[in-house]
Amino acid sequence: MASLSVTTSSESRLGRAWQSLRAARRTALIPYLTAGFPDCLASREALRRVAAHADIVEVGVPFSDPLADGPTIQRSTFAALAGGMTLPRTLELIDDAQLDVPVVLFSYLNPVLQYGVERLTADAAAIGVAGILLTDLPAGADPTVEQPLLASPLDLIRLVAPTSHPDRIRDTVREAQGFIYLVARLGVTGATRELDAGLAASIAAVRAETTLPVAVGFGISTGAQATAVAGLADGVVVGSALVDALADGGPAAAEALMATLRGAIDGA
Amino acid sequence: MTLAPPTDTTRDGRFGPYGGRYVPETLVAALDELAALYDAVRGDEAFWREYHELLVDVVGRPSALSEAPRLGERVGARVLLKREDLNHTGAHKINNTIGQALLARRMGKRRIIAETGAGQHGVATATICARFGLECVVYMGAEDVERQALNVFRMRLLGATVVPVESGTRTLKDATNEALRDWVTNVPTTHYIIGSVVGPDPYPRLVRDFQAVIGTEARRQVLERTGRLPDTVVACVGGGSNAMGMFAGFLGDEEVELVGVEAAGEGIATGAHSATLSAGRPGVLHGALSYLLQDADGQVAPAHSVSAGLDYPGVGPEHAWLRDTGRVTYAAVDDREALDAFQRFARLEGILPALETAHAIAWIDRSRGRWRAEQVVLLCLSGRGDKDVAHVAALLEPGA
Ligand SMILES: Cc1ncc(COP(=O)(O)O)c(C=O)c1O
Repeated sequence: MASLSVTTSSESRLGRAWQSLRAARRTALIPYLTAGFPDCLASREALRRVAAHADIVEVGVPFSDPLADGPTIQRSTFAALAGGMTLPRTLELIDDAQLDVPVVLFSYLNPVLQYGVERLTADAAAIGVAGILLTDLPAGADPTVEQPLLASPLDLIRLVAPTSHPDRIRDTVREAQGFIYLVARLGVTGATRELDAGLAASIAAVRAETTLPVAVGFGISTGAQATAVAGLADGVVVGSALVDALADGGPAAAEALMATLRGAIDGA
Repeated sequence: MTLAPPTDTTRDGRFGPYGGRYVPETLVAALDELAALYDAVRGDEAFWREYHELLVDVVGRPSALSEAPRLGERVGARVLLKREDLNHTGAHKINNTIGQALLARRMGKRRIIAETGAGQHGVATATICARFGLECVVYMGAEDVERQALNVFRMRLLGATVVPVESGTRTLKDATNEALRDWVTNVPTTHYIIGSVVGPDPYPRLVRDFQAVIGTEARRQVLERTGRLPDTVVACVGGGSNAMGMFAGFLGDEEVELVGVEAAGEGIATGAHSATLSAGRPGVLHGALSYLLQDADGQVAPAHSVSAGLDYPGVGPEHAWLRDTGRVTYAAVDDREALDAFQRFARLEGILPALETAHAIAWIDRSRGRWRAEQVVLLCLSGRGDKDVAHVAALLEPGA
């Protein structure tokens, strides 16, 4: 199966996006937003305004038990669920938003299992979704889910954690597609004041095993942090800080934060 | 008696299709370490000797087997009680926490976290942490903190920090989420003592093995007392650890009927229940594939039961497999029946059972006429009801 990742990396929508980023010597800015937060209409507006400053957009499917998420994304998740957001409606929202940049679905496994893995890959690909990232499906956890995802037009994006040993990183990246999502620190999602001291070493450990681009997320909230990460990684993921901005000041505030981060990264 | 080291019945961490390891990548290394350690100690007699010595010294094992003559007369069979309620701390949960605390010690982890519903697992964890001198943090749903106030105070007296969890449904499921969030954050120093046969591999099998002492003792005690195996073995099922520990002693005895009793809450038809195996479908929660209460979109449905220890929308993956294979029968008992059984059992036998256990008692009661007089029904009396007295009083005499 190793050949899959090699072929898709240039042929997939994400592969093409990374090629043009590399050609332009740009670091990707990758926002995360929870689908349906603060409500369905504002969520669509936020996605559009945020995407205008982004290279790739991650759209979170709300799940009742977000055990990898900190307070900010938990709150956005519960609000979205209270507003009736579901996986089918997340797909409608993405389709409606008509974003110009590649979209990655970010989900816990259970909503995907209940929807049906193959049905989801078909429906998501049909509306142009580029990739999928499953928080609670580490590499090798369930071939009956992973094989259809790997064989689908969607790129299956893998997470690498600070606790992943070199052997584990090798196993994880072998079948990874699109890019590698490096979790910047131990813990759940949420803004932090300081970046992990071991980040550069973690990025080097991933680069030793794969030529796929490496995006770093978890805890990045300020322009200074984004600048620091942009000096090391191919992409910077910003989630909780953006969701906080959206909660406090609506889509305009989220867009303003994106503009700040964009400036910080492009100046790096 | 020495405990035979357990044999593993999983393949790649699965029971049939169920189980597995659906966790954030950050936890994979810790689960690998725990599984490797557990595979190594399974054949390590010194480990099981120490575990057994602690069961004797701390818990007071073996737990007694008692007759329940008046319940027996009522239902028309000989009813025997495996008295896990007489364990130190008042329930079966301590058997597991001792085994896992030994594992934590071998890994050099000095900080312990746990989730708890009824508070029994939290108390059992706090107890062994006090004995071993380990730091202990217990996550508990805010609703359970209210209905199990006595156990909250017990944990604090034992030196544990109790963290009320306000998110989601404010019960056991959300306490488990919060414990997993803590573990992801502190995994290098921290061992998570899961309280039931749930969670990612290797937890369901190691918790079963640490609870198997119930079934191993009970089988020998029933044989000694009656000269035969029981006809029916009954246990309540929340996550399923007391049931799995009891059933482990009898799975190979095909003539023994095994019955797990879930909580039907206000009735399965109302949707307010915890009868996962009766009314759920396969899904992934807390690291394992098993039966799950959920809506069409795969959102986990809020569970309900009068007993906090059964108020959980999931169930251990081995139970899912035992259900599918038909080796175990699962039934459901509602809040009303459990409350009636709680009171009736107290008057018939002079024992206040835990509300969780009252579900299993209610099933035996409901099944009267099913057995012949000489037949033997073995009940896992998983815990004592002291913790439930204030809650039951409020339900029976509202406003009093
Ligand atoms: C006395 C007692 N019985 C049963 C249970 C349910 O757990 P399990 O199904 O894991 O035995 C609990 C849980 O708190 C309990 O305290």
